[in-house]
This record gives sequence, structure tokens and C-alpha cells, in this order.
Amino acid sequence: MKQLVINGIAHDVDAPDDMPLLWVLRDVLGMTGTKYGCGIAQCGACTVHLGDQAVRACQTTLDMIEGQAITTIEGAAGNPIGAKVQTAWLEKEVVQCGYCQSGQIMSAIALLSTNAKPTDADIDDAMAGNICRCGTYVRIREAIHAAASL
Amino acid sequence: MITNLHSRRGFLKGTALATGGILLSLQLPDAMRSRAALAADSTAPFIPNAFVKIDEHGVTLIMPHTEVGQGIYTSSAMMMAEELELDLDQVTVEAAPPDMSKYMDPNLYDQATGGSMSTRSDWMRLRQAAAAARMMMVSAAAARWNVDPSTLKVERGIIRNPANGQHLSYAEIAPAAAGQPVPTKITLKQPSQFRLIGTGAKRVDTPAKVNGSAVYGIDMRLPGMKIATLAMSPVKGGTIASMDEAACRATPGVVDLVRSGNDAVAVIGEHMWAAKQGLEALAITWDSGANGKVTLDSIIEKLDEASRSQGVVIRNEKNAQASIDTAAIKLSAVYQSPFLSHSPLEPLNCTLHITGDGAQLWVGTQVPVRAQKALADAIGLSPDKVTVHNQLMGGAFGRRLDVDSIEIAAKLLKDIRYPVKMVWTREQDMTHDYYRPYYYDRVAAGLDADRRLVGRTHRVTGSSIYARWAAAAFKNGIDPDAVDCAAETPYDEDAVLTDYVRQEPDGMNTSWWRGVGPTHNVFVVESFVDEMAAAAKQDPLEFRRRMLTRNPRALAVLDLAAEKAGWGQPLPAGHGRGISLQFAFGTYLAHILDIDATSSDQIKLIRSVIAVDCGITINPDTVLAQMQGGMIFGLSAAMFNQITLTDGAVDQTNFDTYRVMRINEVPTIEVHHILNNEAPGGVGEAATSAAAGALANAICAATGKRIRSLPLSA
Repeated sequence: MKQLVINGIAHDVDAPDDMPLLWVLRDVLGMTGTKYGCGIAQCGACTVHLGDQAVRACQTTLDMIEGQAITTIEGAAGNPIGAKVQTAWLEKEVVQCGYCQSGQIMSAIALLSTNAKPTDADIDDAMAGNICRCGTYVRIREAIHAAASL
Repeated sequence: MITNLHSRRGFLKGTALATGGILLSLQLPDAMRSRAALAADSTAPFIPNAFVKIDEHGVTLIMPHTEVGQGIYTSSAMMMAEELELDLDQVTVEAAPPDMSKYMDPNLYDQATGGSMSTRSDWMRLRQAAAAARMMMVSAAAARWNVDPSTLKVERGIIRNPANGQHLSYAEIAPAAAGQPVPTKITLKQPSQFRLIGTGAKRVDTPAKVNGSAVYGIDMRLPGMKIATLAMSPVKGGTIASMDEAACRATPGVVDLVRSGNDAVAVIGEHMWAAKQGLEALAITWDSGANGKVTLDSIIEKLDEASRSQGVVIRNEKNAQASIDTAAIKLSAVYQSPFLSHSPLEPLNCTLHITGDGAQLWVGTQVPVRAQKALADAIGLSPDKVTVHNQLMGGAFGRRLDVDSIEIAAKLLKDIRYPVKMVWTREQDMTHDYYRPYYYDRVAAGLDADRRLVGRTHRVTGSSIYARWAAAAFKNGIDPDAVDCAAETPYDEDAVLTDYVRQEPDGMNTSWWRGVGPTHNVFVVESFVDEMAAAAKQDPLEFRRRMLTRNPRALAVLDLAAEKAGWGQPLPAGHGRGISLQFAFGTYLAHILDIDATSSDQIKLIRSVIAVDCGITINPDTVLAQMQGGMIFGLSAAMFNQITLTDGAVDQTNFDTYRVMRINEVPTIEVHHILNNEAPGGVGEAATSAAAGALANAICAATGKRIRSLPLSA
């Protein structure tokens, strides 16, 4: 039995060390906001925070967590930057199908947490790991700039 | 003659006005059947027709089309809220259940969401349904107050009598409204009266999509549910040669192992990780079967051979071939468009609970009736024993117009009596897609001494999706989709010959892909128009303008895009600018793209300027979003994407080998929207089909190299 602290709440989880956090979140704990898109860290749909780092949950096995706090999209609003990003996302009407947006938002929060006023190049660097098949990139960029101004 | 095509189109498209009126009368069975009963029961909801339900909880609008990200829930709700005199914060939207009698798309002849058809099909019928509901409630209030209904006012769902200040809410009057006759004469608002249609109202589905609470098909959770993942033969028609069942069953967390004949196997686990681990332990080997030697090259060879013979003639006017034969300048070319994967970010999945005498299905589908039938047929039930719960979709792009994933899940799980969520891995999703067909196009044209187009021929060779998906509409060998935008272009053309050769690829399933027929045909036609302009030694814009004397809306979008893009203004060395013009999905669209070809590694996309006239517009922000997203989808494919085969198996397995455009690769996108009150056109696919032609033309402008085969990276 391992203890995971997710969005500030402790969960006891009975799962093997090599199990990716993605499936622990989705299938063991029922937190389905974190999405499966590729399983090989190509799409970013499963992005969560480990401490203050954005990581791909599909490549983060339980033995890599070592007591670090986990934040998922369900806990994003608990952080002032997260709340601003969500507000900006709705203000700019970024979302289409929405499936990638949990990961996009978690990547954007990580960016703004270390860089309060990112340039377009900073956004490219931080967000290029997150695929959006609907092609909402134009508005993702606008929303990150907007969130930085809130 | 063009009668074949036109009669086919008449069948497909109908007219919104006529079908809307007829459908309303057809789609009031609930009210007809149970009006008296409803009136007697004050707690029963008021359901005046298939699209509106009002009870003490408020107003629910039933969505005949499915939400795949395109924003149709918002647009449909806006159309109905407009006539109901409600705002979007006062309505709840709900997916329609499978019911062809109520929710068939009148232009697709199926309960289907596709072809950028939803707004075109719903523009009349949803407003009429909403207006009928409002009129019945107003009539009920007038009867209660004993006044003339025309003296009453409605605002935000409150009916008022201005004479004395009396008022009733929809919820209060709804039970009495059920006793009112269904109106036979419905007067819809004029555009000048719209307060919601035409505004950039906020989407109804997005708040839940930014906080993780939105539930997609893949997020389904039920008590006692297990999770399965499957493996299918990498070669179509292949069979299981060997597998290690014991090792699979010994994997921690594995619950069961099921197979469907010799072509698919699934591992059921406590969670996806266990199912995936179990599948790996199974170490399946496959016999390839008859398709084991198929390669992309072998498919292309057959297309090439088939394309050398006359096909079914779609349009033949003014002897185009003779006009070309005697022309001063003759051109001909072969264009090729690759197999493409849909790869919506949510992999295919469905959740089944088969109980023996019935079944429940939770799935995100563009075709709920087909989904219901697929499950029913696979396990030997009648469709009415299958309940379909349609879910939000993490993209579809046409992939969820097919129900193969439901059929295979049902066959695998037919003997399992607990709920199982069947989730495809990305690898299974990408290698077992129903792909956009590979098209092989032969085109020719003649210009006279005055450099004017005097004849054009276009032979499309490729798979017929119609023949499989809508066999009843595939008549006399004519596939209207395969030649859409090839037979008819925006230009003044009198001498045109278009024919279609059906050639199905070995070992590949094909289906609808965002932009359907126009995506490949607009690339071919617009690239070839630039080849004609080059042969005529004319500017590509002016060459097009000279051929648009009969099509003012097409000319208007072209001129607007050219003005905004700064056509004719110089570009840096090594940069290029290309045009694409189309009339597709009922929408006029011109696209001008600037690119930078100075790097030998990769073309850089600089600036995309779109001018669009889609007629009357429900939500301009939705149009903008679809222009931006549709363009990126099309550019992504044109730049990077193709599905290839080796020894019968698809080579691309995930986003590392099937590259998708990322945020650092997109151009700036400017959209200029011409607003008018013409009939609504579709917008979900229009920008996608305008991407590749402008890209190929821009590259040729920059480098002199004519791209006749996509993608660029191939």
C-alpha cells in the first residue's frame, strides 16, 4: 500500500511499483480528468504536476513519485495561477472537443508558474509537447497571454 | 449532361425549407399520441415535439446532432433559444437517443453528424420546433387569462400580459400547454429580430472541459465495471497463429481473456494497466493471410492501372476532350492524395453491459442508430433491447461515423455479464482505422490563344466510401463524394468531363475523413488552376478572377482574401504565397497562405488568410474557431501525414510516426467573415479542404517546384 497526495488529499493505493500514474488516477482512483492519448509521452493529454513540474502521467510510474505532491486538472483551480488559466481558457473560448485541454491547461500552469510573462517563443517551448487535434493552438496562445495579464 | 449529378445531389441535399416543414409535422408523435394524457397529469413534462422538453426543472433541448467539438450543441441551442425567447443560461442540452423517426438528418438520410451538414439540416426544423413549443405555451397562458395570445409578450421564458402585469413562467404553464393543439402555421423570426443568432454566445459545453469534470466515452465508470483492451490482426484478414494464454492469465490484475473467432482477442483487467500487461504477456503471433504481401506501392500500381480506363461519367458537357485536343495550350498531370488516419485524441472505446435479454452501450458516436444496431446484431438482440447512452467525443473527424469498434467489442464480450469498458490503445486505433482513401487523379486542360480555359477533364480513381457506407445512395457506379468539387468548381466552365473509377485498395478499410471529397479534389483542382495560370503566363489571382464572371460570392471571398493578404506585395526571398478557392459544404471560401521555403529541412508556415461566406451565421465565434482548427487540421495532413503499408500492415503506430502539427508550427491565421442572410453553409470542414492547395501553390511560387503528391514530407 502506497500513499499518494493528490490535490492535497491523501489516498492509499494498492498498485504495483511499475504502474503508470495515469492508470492509477483514471482506473483506481476514478479521477478521469487526466486523459489517455498515446501512452508514449507524445501527446501530453495526461500532463499532471509532480511538485511544481509538469510531467506525463503515462511515463510516471508509482516508484518515481517518492512522496511528491501530485496536482491534476481536478485540483487546478486550487492554485491562483490555475484559476486564472481556466478563466482565460473560457474567456478566449479555447475549447473544441476538449479532450486535450486538461493536459494543455496543466502545461500552461507550469509555464506561468515559472514565467509570469511568457513570450510566444516561451509558449512554443513549453506547449509543443501537447497535441490538439482540433487545432485550438491559436487560442491556446491567446489564452496564455490573457492569463498572464489577469 | 449533368442531370445524374444534380438528381443525386437533390436526393442528398434536399431543400431546407421543404424538409423542415415536413419534418416538423412528422416529428410530433409524442404530442399527438399523448396530449390528453399529458394534460391530465400536471407533473408530466411538456414534450411538444422531439426537440423540446419542459418540466419543473426547466427547459431541456434535445440535440439531434452530436457534439464532437465543432460547437453544434451551442449553435443548435441558440437556434431554439432564439424562438423560445430564452437565453442559453436557461437551457440544458441533452443528446438525442437513437430514433431515426425523430432525429434523422434529412440530408444525410441517417441519424448522423457529418458532412458539415448539421446547421444546414437543422436551420429550419429546430427553430420551427422551438417556435411551436413557445406558441403552445403562450396559447395556454392566453386561455387561462382569457385574452388574445397575440397581446402577450415573452422574455426569458416568462409570459406576460402587458395590460395587467400578469405573468407565468414556462415551467408553470407547461402542463397546461400540453393540452394545446400543435400549431399548423408557424411564423419564424426575421433576421432583423434575432437577439441571440448572430452573436458570439459562449459555448454551453466548455466549462466542464476546463476542470476535468466533462465525461467522455473513455471516462465511463460503472459499479463492478472492468476494463479491457484488445489486439486485432495487423494485416486485414489475418488470424491468430499462437498465443500464451497461461502467461496472460497469470498477469496480476487480469480478470479474463476473450476472443472473437480467430481475428481478435481482448484481455479484461481490473484496470487498463493490467489489461495492457496481460495483452503483452499473451505474446500473440499472427498469420497474415491473403493480404500479407500488400504494400503502399502495390496499391498505387493498381490505382494507376485502373486510372487508365474510362470511368463512370459524372459530368460531360460541351465535349471537353475535343476542346482540349484543339487547344493552343494543353496541360495534363497526375495528382496523388495519401491514405490518412483520423487519430482523434480520444482513442476508440465503448462500454458494454450485456445482461442476456438486453444490453446497454455507452459510447461517443456520430451515428447512434448504427451503434445500437451494431451491438444488437453482434449479440443477436433486436435493436430495441439495446439502450445507447451517447457520450461526449474527444474528436471524431469522421472516425466515429463507423461502428466497427462497437461490433468487435460486442463479439468479444458477448458472454460477459458484467460491465466492461473496451479501450483501444493508440497503436490499435492508428493501425485499424478506416482510412481516408488514397486518391489518384488524372487531370487535363486546354487554353485558347487568348489564354482562356476552354476545356477541362478530371478523372478520380479511388475507393468508394458511399458504396460501403450508404449503399442505397451508390447508384450506377456514381460516388457523389469522390467527385465533389471536381465535377463542379466555382469557375465559369462550359466544357467539362469528369469521370470516376472505383478501385478498392487491398487490405485497407476506408471511410469519411474531415473535409471528405473536397479535401482531395480542391487540392487537385486549385493546384491545377495554378498550373494553368503558369502556362498562360498570368498571375494566379487574375487568372482566377477572369473565370469568375458568373459567381459573385466566390469572387467576393477571393477579392477579400487577396486584399487582406496583400496579394501582389513583395515577399522576402525564398518565401511564397499561394491561393485556394472553393465552394464546398454550401460555403464560399478563399485561402491565401504565405510560406518560407528558405530552409532545406522544412517549409515554415507564416500567415494564413481566410475569407469565408457561409451565409447566415448562428455564432460567428464558432465559425472563427472552425476556420482556425479546420485549417490546422488540413495543413497538418498536407505537411506531414500519410499512412503506408509494409507486408500488409500499417507502418504508423502512434504520434511518433504519424506526426501531428504542434503549436510551434502553426502560422498566424486571420479570418475575414462576410456576413449576409443567404442560406447557411457548413463550416466544420471548409477550411480543411482549403489548406493543401494554397500550400502547394505557395511552395511552387517560392521554389518553382510543383507538388503533385501529398504529403510534403513524403
